[in-house]
Amino acid sequence: MMTGQAAKAENGHAVAVDSIDLRREFESVDIASVLDQLDKELIGLAPVKTRIREIASLLLVERIRQKMALATAFPTLHMSFTGNPGTGKTTVALKMAGILHRLGFVRRGHVISVTRDDLVGQYIGHTAPKTKEILKKAMGGVLFIDEAYYLYRPENERDYGQEAIEILLQVMESQREDLVVILAGYADRMEKFFQSNPGFRSRVAHHIDFPDYSNDELLAIAELMLQAQNYHFAAKARDAFIRYIAARKTQPLFSNARSIRNALDRIRLRQANRIVSDLDRTLTSENVMSIEAEDVLASRVFAAAGATEIGA
Amino acid sequence: MRITQGCFSFLPDLTDEQISAQVQYCLEKGWAVNIEFTDDPHPRNTYWEMWGLPMFDLRDAAGIMKELADCRRVYGDRYIRLSGFDSSHGWESVRISFIVNRPKEEPGFRLDRQEAAGRNVRYSTHAHAATRPEGERYG
Repeated sequence: MMTGQAAKAENGHAVAVDSIDLRREFESVDIASVLDQLDKELIGLAPVKTRIREIASLLLVERIRQKMALATAFPTLHMSFTGNPGTGKTTVALKMAGILHRLGFVRRGHVISVTRDDLVGQYIGHTAPKTKEILKKAMGGVLFIDEAYYLYRPENERDYGQEAIEILLQVMESQREDLVVILAGYADRMEKFFQSNPGFRSRVAHHIDFPDYSNDELLAIAELMLQAQNYHFAAKARDAFIRYIAARKTQPLFSNARSIRNALDRIRLRQANRIVSDLDRTLTSENVMSIEAEDVLASRVFAAAGATEIGA
Repeated sequence: MRITQGCFSFLPDLTDEQISAQVQYCLEKGWAVNIEFTDDPHPRNTYWEMWGLPMFDLRDAAGIMKELADCRRVYGDRYIRLSGFDSSHGWESVRISFIVNRPKEEPGFRLDRQEAAGRNVRYSTHAHAATRPEGERYG
């Protein structure tokens, strides 16, 4: 029955319609399930979620306007995601592709994730084919450029990055309906990048800023990650991990969820080591799933935090 | 004389929308799509020039349509065809090939008869366009 409806909507595309059942339209694209999934799988990031909701609503309305033959031009969908490391920019980009695909603004919904190396060549005449190749691959989907500011290297005026930027800008403008470009990077450097490439700023419609996570959110993320791998914290280990987060945050090179993931990987190592160190016993599934306080407390982070306290 | 080679050649020329749908079909089958061009319309001329490299790993026809538009801008006065190459084991060959661009005027072929020994006659076809040097044959 759904397909019948969809086909009807598809046929009605050419002819302008006067009225559209909003609820049915909303349900037919099933955007709610993507947004719910976003809420469930992504902890925190309230401003980002609000923004995505807004964009999704705008696109839904735009879609309806297209059916009513009111839409004048294809909406500009290029985005820029700024935020500190590990705040979920790549994860959200993947979800974004899903949302755009459901709403019919990208045809295939795949994501091509690239960095400077994939776009910029090493000698004269290498850059253009390389960039075009990537753009061709991304057609019908989303091109995610991580750390986009590396494309522009003002200190070297013969840098080939500028060539890649020019090709990108041209395609972003002329083939808006074929692909969506998402630029990502740290806020301050992206700001500098946009300042030196005003063409980019004007072609990017949505600037989304990813805030850092609070301690509680980081804990929730850790528990979600553990749950996905069939582990869980014992009560004392949870308390220890709360202290771990607070200590780790004060140390350099803290990268939000990524640091948490790495910490969990090391904790799993220590847990495995602890289990294996005593061979003469029978293990239950609870034994191998549970992370104990000692696994967490053995971390170097506590030693370093302690040292600074003594030092102070 | 209208050249008929490859798929769909007895149909009216495909529109861009139809070409795009065929390309999408090829991509969904996992074939590499190639753009080739020539100005020698002889049916035995199988080696056409390639426009760029074969296009692997694409998901959407838009990229190929862009390349085709570029190729038409440069070689719009020649024959251009698209082919889909299937690299899967056991096939490893071109699965589809169709003309997507042709010169405005197609002068056709002349039939040469050569009287050979006895009462034998050898026939050969000669494209009128091919009398002129390559690159100056159409337009």
